[in-house]
Amino acid sequence: MSALPATPTDALDGILQRHGHYPTELLQILIEAQDLEGWLPAPTLTHIAQALHIPRSRVEGVAGFYSFLYTQPVGRYRVLFSDNITDRMLGNAELMDALCRKLWIEPGKLSEDGLVSIATTSCTGLCDQGPGMLVNGRAIGQLTHRRINEIAEMIRQQRPLDLWPAEYFQISDNIRRKDSLLNLDMKPGAALSAVVEMGREGWLREVQTSNLRGRGGAGFATAVKWASARNASGEPKVIVCNADEGEPGTFKDRVLLNSYADLVFEGMTLAAWAVGASEGFLYLRGEYRYLLPQLEAVLARRREAGLLGRHILHEPCFDFDIRIHLGAGAYVCGEETALIESLEGKRGTPRIRPPFPVTKGYLGRPTVVNNVETLAKTCLIALGGGEAFAASGTAQSAGTKLLSISGDCAEPGIYEYPFGVPIARILEDCGASDTQAVQVGGAAGVCLAGYEFQRRIAYEDVPTAGAFMIFDGTRDLFDVARAFVHFFAHESCGFCTPCRVGTSLLQGFMDKLADGHGAKADLADIDWLDRLLKNASHCGLGSAAPNPVIDTLQKFRPAYERRLVSLDFEPAFDLDAALAEARQLTARDDPGAHLQTHEEEEK
Amino acid sequence: MSPAPVPARKLRVATTSLAGCFGCHMSFLDIDEHLFELVELIEFDRSPLTDIKDVGPCDIGLIEGGVCNAENVHVLREFRRHCKTLIALGACAVNGGLPAQRNHLPLSECLREVYQFRPGLENGQIPNDPELPLPLDKVRPIHEVVRIDYFLPGCPPSGPAIWKFLTDLIAGRTPRLAGGLLHYD
Amino acid sequence: MTKQFLLDGQPVPFEDGQTILEAARKAGHYIPSLCWHQDFPPHGSCKLCIVKAAGRHVSACATPAKEGWEVESNTPEMNGERRGLLQMLFVEGNHFCPSCEKSGNCELQALGYEYEMLTPRFRHFFPERPVDASHPDMLLDFNRCIFCELCVRASRDVDGKSVFALTGRGIHKHLAVNAESGRLADTDFSKDDLAARICPVGVILPKGRGFAVPIGERTFDTETIRSKTLKEEES
Repeated sequence: MSALPATPTDALDGILQRHGHYPTELLQILIEAQDLEGWLPAPTLTHIAQALHIPRSRVEGVAGFYSFLYTQPVGRYRVLFSDNITDRMLGNAELMDALCRKLWIEPGKLSEDGLVSIATTSCTGLCDQGPGMLVNGRAIGQLTHRRINEIAEMIRQQRPLDLWPAEYFQISDNIRRKDSLLNLDMKPGAALSAVVEMGREGWLREVQTSNLRGRGGAGFATAVKWASARNASGEPKVIVCNADEGEPGTFKDRVLLNSYADLVFEGMTLAAWAVGASEGFLYLRGEYRYLLPQLEAVLARRREAGLLGRHILHEPCFDFDIRIHLGAGAYVCGEETALIESLEGKRGTPRIRPPFPVTKGYLGRPTVVNNVETLAKTCLIALGGGEAFAASGTAQSAGTKLLSISGDCAEPGIYEYPFGVPIARILEDCGASDTQAVQVGGAAGVCLAGYEFQRRIAYEDVPTAGAFMIFDGTRDLFDVARAFVHFFAHESCGFCTPCRVGTSLLQGFMDKLADGHGAKADLADIDWLDRLLKNASHCGLGSAAPNPVIDTLQKFRPAYERRLVSLDFEPAFDLDAALAEARQLTARDDPGAHLQTHEEEEK
Repeated sequence: MSPAPVPARKLRVATTSLAGCFGCHMSFLDIDEHLFELVELIEFDRSPLTDIKDVGPCDIGLIEGGVCNAENVHVLREFRRHCKTLIALGACAVNGGLPAQRNHLPLSECLREVYQFRPGLENGQIPNDPELPLPLDKVRPIHEVVRIDYFLPGCPPSGPAIWKFLTDLIAGRTPRLAGGLLHYD
Repeated sequence: MTKQFLLDGQPVPFEDGQTILEAARKAGHYIPSLCWHQDFPPHGSCKLCIVKAAGRHVSACATPAKEGWEVESNTPEMNGERRGLLQMLFVEGNHFCPSCEKSGNCELQALGYEYEMLTPRFRHFFPERPVDASHPDMLLDFNRCIFCELCVRASRDVDGKSVFALTGRGIHKHLAVNAESGRLADTDFSKDDLAARICPVGVILPKGRGFAVPIGERTFDTETIRSKTLKEEES
């Protein structure tokens, strides 16, 4: 066996103890265990398996699933550059190169002294203040060459993160436009008092009247979801707040959790009152781990104030508490059944539906999974009534929507609009000019071209979970689509054949075009793959994965066509490069030791 | 199988073996007495059967074997340029086959093992004569190098499968290998 | 009156709770599958059983039948998608049938025949997946894994051993065994486990036996997977 450093077993046992040795806590245990040494050596996994009385293979399965869990050593300084298209547009690649050069290290590799490793990661939700990075899980935005120089120096000096300049870790809310939700100045407990007054039935009726629909993008009626869980058998019922905000370009939940956490937790408690739930989870994406201490503080304050725990507001039958469950870098866990699997301490693989979570969710119990924004909105309904809420927005889309605006505009940030706002108006407000396209709803969303800017943000027109990425005339929409295809290939859980293989094949075709090997035949293959992914995938990730390609192929086809080097066929790989190793081994460089990559050149 | 309707003129057919074992060619000969029918319908261009060295304009090209070296690439491209219809004949042409099982080994390891470290070799060195084609880093199925029109799998495809395939093709039908003729082994 | 739905225009009776796949096979209609097994709950990962029910693509193995549904299965469109899924499975692994002991008894291969897959069509991934020959009785050749998780389920739910699990994610997903060393020999796996004989492809193979039945005389050399599956359903 390798000479691994002995695991500090006492600390590990402390972690296991704190989590009650529950296998459902496996992911949380792994996250904390990793803090001990920065990674998870094989003996650590064995020890955890033994302590939890579960097979080691299951522990290894979970440890291998999440991007932020490492079963191979990583640097004591683990630098992850956020790699959303907006980060790319702000020059993250150049900055990463610079940092790698300064630290004498290759991306994805560990430095020989084990000091540092540098890699990319999916969108970290700092698109309004990018390029962003995570250093040992802590977010830094607004990267510049100057900051990179300083970071390289501090890493070389092995300065602890706590001694890095505090302003590095300051994440701004960047709220640019407030409407009903962001203007709400609610005393914690006010909404709860109102609904307890109404009674559970009355409160549910009020939510129904409000026409509130899920803000996660799908737009399911919140009251219907709550009522289904309420009527389902099985106890105790569960409320989950989905704060796994992984959709590239979305960061509204970051802001809500940072500055409006009371509204979110109060909304969860309002849901618990309606549903009769006693257990609550906030599923916080690993990228937002830096928010954990302040969120725990809010929860503690609410417990003290009698807004969580037993007999909330002195109601004899109102017990509800909330725990925060950390994710560890897996976009697919935003899908509610994958999220529930993850909550149970498993790999985040989406379940077969039906049954739906409202009848069989967390540990088989009725479970409501709501978006952060949806839950916050319920405070508005509790305080102002369902009718008032329904009166704003459009007929089918009541209320307001938070948009996370980034990309080519003067003032990126959070904008709250009543539903029905036209794209053009938003572009004007955020100071966008010469806009070529807008990607609404993130990588899984829709790419709108100029002729569509009169369309409106609403479930019945352009639905969105909140991402709004702007691309001006200097951008190449092929690059945008390719970035999203890479994202989906990286985030596919690998459960079903079409998504596991299809996203990789699609990535291969996009790279083939990007590398100058594109042929007309590839476009037909891309079309075919798009359809199969859309039709045959197990969950929304796979069926949404081809969206950016479908949209841009339709609306920006020349961006693809100008990359073609053949109207017929081209190999996907560089034939001459495929001989390089043999050339080196034989020390040959004669003409016969080369191949023309394009056939025509050969004649 | 009814004999194919006779086309207006004989179809010109070329065949070759790249990184293959000539097993598919042997299997071709296994169509036995159908060979007599076949020569009424086709004439051979470049092929191990004719010893013609350069491929000329052809109707059909049959390629056995995958692509493992630079010469394979040249021959395959020649065939693609001259054949209206190009067919991958057999497992190695279809997915690289046996030769492709070196793909998980670095090329250097393969060559050193064969030319330098094998027992009995003294002062062995990797041949570097410019006459010799250089090997590619990986063995590729032929459809990854040129456009291929039809695929006939099997190791080798059986005589009856080859006969069915060719008669379909000559008669103008899209070849199909139903009823037990389709095998990958 | 029993409930029924239409499968490619043919009425198929079903009982409440039955899936499309179960009801169809019982009625003598073949819907293909790789990850489905009658002794286990539906898994739904291979997607070979994909059908169009009331206009929507669903996994027949995981979707309860519904009265009056019109289901399309044996159509050029659905069979084309199945062929595409098979091609994906072939290019992501290293499937060299001529040198595989499972050839002729392999369900992936048999489905290739059934859906007339003549070429894997796409770029081959040629992944690196070392074999594990550590166990005295059994060999693991990961090159052929299709991630149906039948061995995972059999070992966990029937053998009570959890010898196998999947780890990694996406295209890097792979089978792992229940040992810190990562070697099968260091698990309690036995050749008598259900998991030892449930693999539909050639990953989990007994040692010391090879080519006992010659190629050409094996299961799917003499019978299609369609007729074999339906015959088993009858008995």
